[in-house]
Amino acid sequence: MKNIILEAQQINKYFHDPVTTQVLTEINFVIKKGEFVSITGKSGCGKSTMLYILSTMDTDYEGNLLIDGELMRNKSEGQLAMVRNEKIGFVFQFHYLLNEFSVLQNVMLPGLKLNRYSEKEVEHRAIEKLKMLGIDHLALKNANLVSGGEKQRIAIARALINDPHIIMGDEPTGNLDKKNSDMVFNIFEQLANEYNQTLMIVTHDQNFADRTHRIINMEDGKIISQ
Amino acid sequence: MNKLILHIAESLLIARWKQTLVAAIGVTFSITMFVTLLSFMGGLNNMLDGLILNRTPHIRLFNEIKPSAQQAIQQAAAYKNAYHFIHSIKAGNNRQGIYNSGAIIKALAHDQSVLGYSPKLTAQIFFNNGTIALNGVINGIDEAAESKLFHFNEYVVEGTAEDINKIPNSIILGIELGKNMLVNIGDVIQISTSKGQLFQLKVVGFFQSGIKDLDKVQSYASIATVQKVMGKSAEYITDIQVKLKDINLAPTTAKKYAQLYRTDAEDIQTANAQFETGSSVRTLISYAVGITLLVVAGFGIYNILNMMIYEKMDSIAILKATGFSGKDVRNIFLVIALSIGFFGGILGLLGGLGLSYVIDQIPFNTASLPTIKTYPINYDPAFYLIGIIFSIITTYFSGFFPARKASKIDPVIIIRGK
Repeated sequence: MKNIILEAQQINKYFHDPVTTQVLTEINFVIKKGEFVSITGKSGCGKSTMLYILSTMDTDYEGNLLIDGELMRNKSEGQLAMVRNEKIGFVFQFHYLLNEFSVLQNVMLPGLKLNRYSEKEVEHRAIEKLKMLGIDHLALKNANLVSGGEKQRIAIARALINDPHIIMGDEPTGNLDKKNSDMVFNIFEQLANEYNQTLMIVTHDQNFADRTHRIINMEDGKIISQ
Repeated sequence: MNKLILHIAESLLIARWKQTLVAAIGVTFSITMFVTLLSFMGGLNNMLDGLILNRTPHIRLFNEIKPSAQQAIQQAAAYKNAYHFIHSIKAGNNRQGIYNSGAIIKALAHDQSVLGYSPKLTAQIFFNNGTIALNGVINGIDEAAESKLFHFNEYVVEGTAEDINKIPNSIILGIELGKNMLVNIGDVIQISTSKGQLFQLKVVGFFQSGIKDLDKVQSYASIATVQKVMGKSAEYITDIQVKLKDINLAPTTAKKYAQLYRTDAEDIQTANAQFETGSSVRTLISYAVGITLLVVAGFGIYNILNMMIYEKMDSIAILKATGFSGKDVRNIFLVIALSIGFFGGILGLLGGLGLSYVIDQIPFNTASLPTIKTYPINYDPAFYLIGIIFSIITTYFSGFFPARKASKIDPVIIIRGK
């Protein structure tokens, strides 16, 4: 039990607009520490919807979600924000870097918010993460002056800054060309294999999914294989 | 509110410095106008108050001519407890002179609440101008006290006020009266009292009060001269004018004096009630205009923040995804609004001070106000304090709703929408 990172119990989700439709039905699964999981399925099967419930950002669902053994229901918006800050790292299809800040500051922001380390230490850790991803030479550049592949790697560094329990990705390679996609995948693989980092990546790229440890396949709001 | 929030707010502000500047200029402009308007109105109020209030004693002791308080019917034992309708005994033995004036003056000199006093006597006279007798009033004054307490010397526009003490049988005429009588300084005029006695007095100056009707009938001479004209003793005075240290105590002190000295006593608030009303209405108008300007600036800030939030949707979404709560996001935008308000406000205060100073230099000459040379300005620090407080309050409210909107943005909708 100790190394269970995330557990979904009987999760149902409905959309109410324009008519009530069920989008997720009885989602049950467990993700253990160090697993590299991909969630696949056709467009509209509910895989992203599920990811956002698991990320704690969407709170409108039935059933229970446990992260690190803690029940997420009945937590306030502020408490959920703290959970995301401390335990979850995000990589989206779009990089979402803040153009007003330098690359380094973008990576540091969640670390400064967590306030576990001093500003100096957070900066040091951010540079380490950038080094690990091979982009430390960009640290002082403005975030809007780097290339698309580099931006996505910066976003990964930002996701890693607080040593999260799990990294969640929503089509992280969706916007990238073959070369950059491979690079991002290799980074994920390296994180999983060398650093024992737990990853859960939503993708419709079958090549990508095939190379992960475990595939959760979804169809019409249900898990059909895992 | 922690350093990180301030840092993010600062970065957003600097990244959009042109918009920020426009918003801040809105606040600066309205605070500048607010402070200038209040300072100018304050100056005008002081000036207009000065026109009457500076020249009016806080308390005036005098004897009013009125019917005898002891009416005949009161002597009849049968009607002792009845209401008396019959008042038959007219004012007879009353006199205008204040009884025991010497003792009252001595007592006032020792009264701690009194700033100063000035005895005065007033008499109706006629100025003989050829074949015509002009109606007039002669005031016997203690020139030194009158100048000190009521700025008499400032209103003497030709000649010197002191001369009524130095030159025997001298008089200072109202400037309009002098014009009508075709006299100059050094000329001798003839007056006659109500009892028909004739006197010759030398004109040593002219005064201008700013109120034309007064300048047509009033004249001033020393107390001794007027006592001589009226054929009264050196004790005889009709008014004692008192200036208190605290003007607000005038009504209660007036009542006390009326009992103590058995005279009539009128306080300044009762005598000039309408004046206070004028001042407060003018102040009210300037506040209303100032607040209107600020509200307009507030809408400017509201618009700019709203626009900024639409532009920064992505940033807000990622901040929320990576662990910033709705409260943090709201605080970021509130800090932005408040810093626009604060810095715009501070610049506005400086602008207001500058503009007030410029207005203070503009020449303003009017015949009715001989002592005023430039437009009056009141540099009261209270106006500046109110200005900065208002600017912060307005920007807080105009930032509050956009900030709340930002805090409620659902990151899922933004991120999934891409």
